[in-house]
Amino acid sequence: MYNKTIADIARDLNAGEYSSVELTQSLLDRVEQLDSTYNSFITVTKEQALAQAKAADERRAAGNAELWTGIPIAHKDIFCTNGVLTSCGSKMLSNFVAPYDATVIDKFNQAGAVSLGKLNMDEFAMGSSNESSFYGAVANPWNTDCVPGGSSGGSAAAVAARLVPGATATDTGGSIRQPAAFCGLTGLKPTYGRISRWGMVAFASSLDQAGSMTRSAEDAALMLQVMAGFDAKDSTCVDQPVPDYSATLEQDLTGLTIGLPKEYFRDDLSADMQQQVRNAIAEYEKLGAKVKEISLPNTHLAIPAYYIVAPAECSANLSRMDGVRFGYRCDDPQDINDLYKRSRGEGFGNEVKRRIMVGAYALSAGFYDAYYKKAQQVRRLIKNDFVEAFKEVDIIMSPTTPSPAFKRGEKTSDPVAMYLEDIFTIALNLAGLPGMSIPCGQVNNLPVGLQLIGNYFDEARLLNAAHKFQQATDWHQQAPADIA
Amino acid sequence: MEWEVVIGLEIHAQLATQSKIFSGASTAYGADANTQACAVDLGLPGVLPVFNEEALRMAVKFGLAIDAEIGKKSVFDRKNYFYPDLPKGYQTTQLHHPIVGIGHIDIELDDGTTKRINVTRAHLEEDAGKSVHEGFDGMSGIDLNRAGTPLIEIVSEPEMRSAKEAAAYFRKMHSIVTYLGICDGDLSQGSMRCDCNVSLRPKGQEEFGTRTEIKNVNSFRNVERAIEAEIARQMDILEDGGSIVQETRLYDADKNETRAMRSKEVANDYRYFPCPDLLPVIIDDNYIEAVRSTLPELPDAKRARFVKDHGLSTVDAAVLASDRSLADYFETVAHAANDYKLAANWVQGDVSAALNRLEIGIAQLPVSAEQLGRILQLIKDNTLNNGGAKEVFNALLEGKGDDTAASVDALVDSLGLKQVSDTGAIEAIVAQVLADNPKLVEGYLNTPEDKRAKAIGPFIGLTRKAAKGVNPQVVMDVLKKKLSELG
Repeated sequence: MYNKTIADIARDLNAGEYSSVELTQSLLDRVEQLDSTYNSFITVTKEQALAQAKAADERRAAGNAELWTGIPIAHKDIFCTNGVLTSCGSKMLSNFVAPYDATVIDKFNQAGAVSLGKLNMDEFAMGSSNESSFYGAVANPWNTDCVPGGSSGGSAAAVAARLVPGATATDTGGSIRQPAAFCGLTGLKPTYGRISRWGMVAFASSLDQAGSMTRSAEDAALMLQVMAGFDAKDSTCVDQPVPDYSATLEQDLTGLTIGLPKEYFRDDLSADMQQQVRNAIAEYEKLGAKVKEISLPNTHLAIPAYYIVAPAECSANLSRMDGVRFGYRCDDPQDINDLYKRSRGEGFGNEVKRRIMVGAYALSAGFYDAYYKKAQQVRRLIKNDFVEAFKEVDIIMSPTTPSPAFKRGEKTSDPVAMYLEDIFTIALNLAGLPGMSIPCGQVNNLPVGLQLIGNYFDEARLLNAAHKFQQATDWHQQAPADIA
Repeated sequence: MEWEVVIGLEIHAQLATQSKIFSGASTAYGADANTQACAVDLGLPGVLPVFNEEALRMAVKFGLAIDAEIGKKSVFDRKNYFYPDLPKGYQTTQLHHPIVGIGHIDIELDDGTTKRINVTRAHLEEDAGKSVHEGFDGMSGIDLNRAGTPLIEIVSEPEMRSAKEAAAYFRKMHSIVTYLGICDGDLSQGSMRCDCNVSLRPKGQEEFGTRTEIKNVNSFRNVERAIEAEIARQMDILEDGGSIVQETRLYDADKNETRAMRSKEVANDYRYFPCPDLLPVIIDDNYIEAVRSTLPELPDAKRARFVKDHGLSTVDAAVLASDRSLADYFETVAHAANDYKLAANWVQGDVSAALNRLEIGIAQLPVSAEQLGRILQLIKDNTLNNGGAKEVFNALLEGKGDDTAASVDALVDSLGLKQVSDTGAIEAIVAQVLADNPKLVEGYLNTPEDKRAKAIGPFIGLTRKAAKGVNPQVVMDVLKKKLSELG
């Protein structure tokens, strides 16, 4: 039962193969048995999940079931959930019970989904290995000595370990696609503005985007269908029609033009990684696609620009964590400055502090033009690269990461090495484009991800291309050895 | 040495929107602490701002009223600093692209001339909450009801040259924003607050002296007094060869002096950057023209019209036009009476005296403009004499009658104030008075011709006593006639 996809479960529930309560209970049991190994959950909302499942079964019995009625998923702990701890992986919010639902949460609740709980993540979504969580590191189900990637490491590990069929996640610089690649999953980061950010704890507001972690493109389409759409509570959410993402999954790929940016296939990318990705491209050619080399000349500027913009925005976004109204407060503050300094000093982890410091520096008087303003200009150049490229091609493909999952502890002492993990993913966030990672091979028994980059609001094409690949291959069906 | 005073003001005016600038919470004043602060105002994790279009409309209206450039693309920035009543750790404001650019207003000087003061800019921003330091056992309480209330900050050029000019500028701005209905103008509730930048320079010198900023002055009188106190302080220092420290100061009205606020070791670096949660606000000419079409007649135009079209004195016109509700009251009265001068006399006289005595605003006056208008109508058609009119006015002030114009007529009746102008009726009364007072008549008849005008006084008094509301002019005429008939 736990190996089923969301689409499978929807069919089974309709066919009466099992009830939502049975499925939910069995997944909760599985979480209880296995998650001490993976540490993918921060909070399991058992009673609430069973109550939702029961309500879903009743609805089905009454003949009112819809597609999502009774399907269990779990949410990254960055989404505010009414009455449930929303920690964002931080000691700072380790006592924060949100008094409201994020729009994404609300939409899944409205759709009738069952939530098993809240998933582990890098602290405030800052990290690429899920090692910066206050709730401990998360293990990669493919190799528990390896990291699952980050920041949506809990989402990836839970879906890969078959604890849930799908999970919400967020992506600011690669936080959905990189863990999806590391855990052999289908990760979708939609266009900036496609999904409301209301209730999603902000890291870098102009880059943050909600998305999904699933085991198939078909499931990614189902999740996006729930999440996408305009929300008046988010000024940056775009009022753009939401197509039926499932309807176009099967479209023929004949004539599809795939662009391969030469800057993403550099010599320092290992031969093994190159090979896996090239194999996948060859598969696409078999499906009728044409391949074209393109250039994204400003690619090398993406990481530097990102590590100005993201920390700058985070330095302001995290100012509200001040120990005054909610969240962690130091013991026995002597005065207001002591309250601020110790609450923040004790409540934030090192990576978060590092980024706040970098961001505050980049914004400070006399440096603003040299750093923040320059970075925004670079951002425009990067965006223009993609705009030009999409005049020639329909979709761009690349490896998702330079290498497969690395060992825990391997990069924790070298922040820059950790930042370079996102070298292929980060440009999309700067440009606001949609991207996916799908499994396309293995190196050293670890999954390798293929990144698909689409034009603005062209998620349907991404999902279509990913689905057709998954119809022709079985990489997405491979499971970690311990699981299957 | 002769010094020249240089003053620039920054005025914060709360916009009279129903809800806050970035949330749906109410902006009403005086609710229990933290009952008008929603998740957005509290700065909870995950919340996002949505710009209140009404605040935009009001700011544009203001810009048009001061003949300013309107920013067709304005951008909200984050101003970062930590303070307990600033929930997000930054204030959302506008730095480089304000909604209102360069504009100007004219102020009236004592010598009757006007002076143009340029406005550098006006931008939209959110107000902070309030810290409450009493009643929390050595701790501080935070009330976030005010957090997120929309403000426009109006920045003047340093073009005022005396405390009087500064006060006149503040008054004029108050008059404009209340005319526009974009601010309730209630200084006691902090709806308008003023920061005064003051410096001195030797007369004739081009370069500005070092300035100080007096924070949060909240009355017209205090603006004048605070600046005067600060000028005196600076002059003392400069005359003694000292130099002014650029700093922020507070005005202590009780001691009539300014004192330095706790000095910060280093200047704050607010690390401004554009707020990524809010899109730039783009407006076009159609929008601007639509707002322009809603502009009311402004104080300067109204004052000019009162003088030109209705013959009021410039002093009366200035006073009556300075406040929109007073001007509206006055014009309603004037229309009803069809007499601007009579209405001006009454509003400047009895009405103004009543407001001062009762310490209320025109909106709270128990006598409505329609009622006063009716009273003046009755004066004009000789139904009421001046004394009777005052009596009705005072009765209404005391709460007699309802709030309709008809109740004026009812009071005239019930108080027996209707002026008797019917000569026949008055002749009968006078005849009776003369018959009842033969000695007085005899005395009158013995009075020499040239002193009779004065001797007629007692008869008038008696007649008016005998019949309330008799028209004094008619009484005089009848008395003269009757007495002359007697000899």
